Amino acid sequence: MTEAPYTAQELMVAVAAREIQDGDIVFVGMRLPILAYAVALETHAPNARGLFEVGLMRDRPAEAYLGTMGDPPNVAGAVWATRMSNTMAVMAQGKVDLGFIGGAEVDRFGNLNTSYVGDPTQPAVKLPGSGGGADIAILSGRWVTLMDHEKRRLVDRASFITSPGHGDGSRGWRERNGLLGGGPVAIITTLCVFRFPEGGGEAYVDTVHPGHTLDEVREQTGWSVKLAKEVSETAPPTEAELSAIRKRDRITKD
Amino acid sequence: MTMADAIERFVPDGSTVAMGTALEPLIPFAAGHEMIRQGRRDLELVGPISDALFDQLIGAGCVRRVTAAWVGNVSEGLGHCYRRACEQGVPAALEVHDHSNFSISLALWAAAWNVPSLPTRSLLGSDILRTNPNLSVGFGLVHVGAVRPDVAAIHVQRADAMGRAHVWGPLGITEEAGLAADKVIITCEELADSGVILSDPNRILLPETKVVAVVHEPGGAHPSPVQGHFKRDHAFYRDYAEQSRSEDGFASWLKRWVLDVPDRASYLQGLDIESLRIQHHKYSAPADFGDD
Repeated sequence: MTEAPYTAQELMVAVAAREIQDGDIVFVGMRLPILAYAVALETHAPNARGLFEVGLMRDRPAEAYLGTMGDPPNVAGAVWATRMSNTMAVMAQGKVDLGFIGGAEVDRFGNLNTSYVGDPTQPAVKLPGSGGGADIAILSGRWVTLMDHEKRRLVDRASFITSPGHGDGSRGWRERNGLLGGGPVAIITTLCVFRFPEGGGEAYVDTVHPGHTLDEVREQTGWSVKLAKEVSETAPPTEAELSAIRKRDRITKD
Repeated sequence: MTMADAIERFVPDGSTVAMGTALEPLIPFAAGHEMIRQGRRDLELVGPISDALFDQLIGAGCVRRVTAAWVGNVSEGLGHCYRRACEQGVPAALEVHDHSNFSISLALWAAAWNVPSLPTRSLLGSDILRTNPNLSVGFGLVHVGAVRPDVAAIHVQRADAMGRAHVWGPLGITEEAGLAADKVIITCEELADSGVILSDPNRILLPETKVVAVVHEPGGAHPSPVQGHFKRDHAFYRDYAEQSRSEDGFASWLKRWVLDVPDRASYLQGLDIESLRIQHHKYSAPADFGDD
């Protein structure tokens, strides 16, 4: 087999970028989603805006390397520098179309754990916590998570739900419990893309990345996976996507 | 006032202290390190995310409780001292009041406005509701109990001796933290003439009546960035993450960068701080406050 002309991370970024629609306000976060935002702007969503909880809105990505969203190059050229609660106001009004959230664990209903592995009063692992994750999960219109596809990360049920997805997986769980936005629409992993049914429920495998198989996905997932009616291959990154990603090579390497 | 005096006078043992309120930029590391040097104990730390500073205070044994949305190292991941404290009680057991970024902001606004709580739709469906006793659910909303710091330490670009501080860039939860706190310690890159500060009253962060100390502490936010002054020192954060992986590694890091360093000026001598200094300045247009 010849080596794929792109890395797993580059494919994930390209897939994430396709989730951004033109005109969207995107709660960006850090790392891969920052790249995805940059790619979307260059390829198909020139009018997407990025919102950062530190207190920034941008209409284009920063031109220099960012270690954090609060780095000086992300501030210079911002279209709004403000307090965090103002960015939350935009989101609480349902005006954030899409959010990206990272996590240590995701379960079959898209719930994320970034707080505790094991009993919270005596945790086996104390993870850093929510940050803005829970806010994005509850208040943004729709959201996506990106994750390395490992059995210990894709678990049947999250032991602690920091950022709620579709809760117990029953239809309408979010609405019944007063959560504002529509919840997770995709889990983008290093092997495949999961999607969710309209109105909530359990993740299903929609596409498998080139060079990988459903068997691998099954083996590396902590629950018995459901499949789309027709599982297809994830479209590889286009030339335009790859060139947009590689322009920001230093960020990729981080 | 010197940093040592400010911490000695205004941050006694047992204080509730807000720091790192602008999230990744403007973290008052110099103030936190002075608390460690003076051997503070039983602090409650309040903040949104903490990029390494809370981890250091926890590792040094200064902290009884953390009230925050996130504690770790933003570019490097987990906070190793935080993990040791929560998982093994090393060097001391730690109480955690989990928040999200939005809810810690609301907790401080509630205190700022002198009400017991503020409601939000955020955190509905999150298990954070189960672990933080200051969050409750009623009428279909989450009620975030007020958090009132005794003192907030805030690093800014410039301030005058009266405590009128100019700060720019994203503010995170700095305003609500300062308004909620009983007292505010301002640490600044530049001690400015009042004329400079009063030429732009919109940019003054807080009422001067809140401010109990102004400490002129250039580089006081290193390794965090300060817009117009310093870039973020990514390598320093990386080294800290690596060294703090073990208790011994953390102990030698703490000795090198905090305990054996008398003050911030000496700390900066151990760094190539000039390589982090912002070279290309971009000034905003002046605002016309003409009145006659």
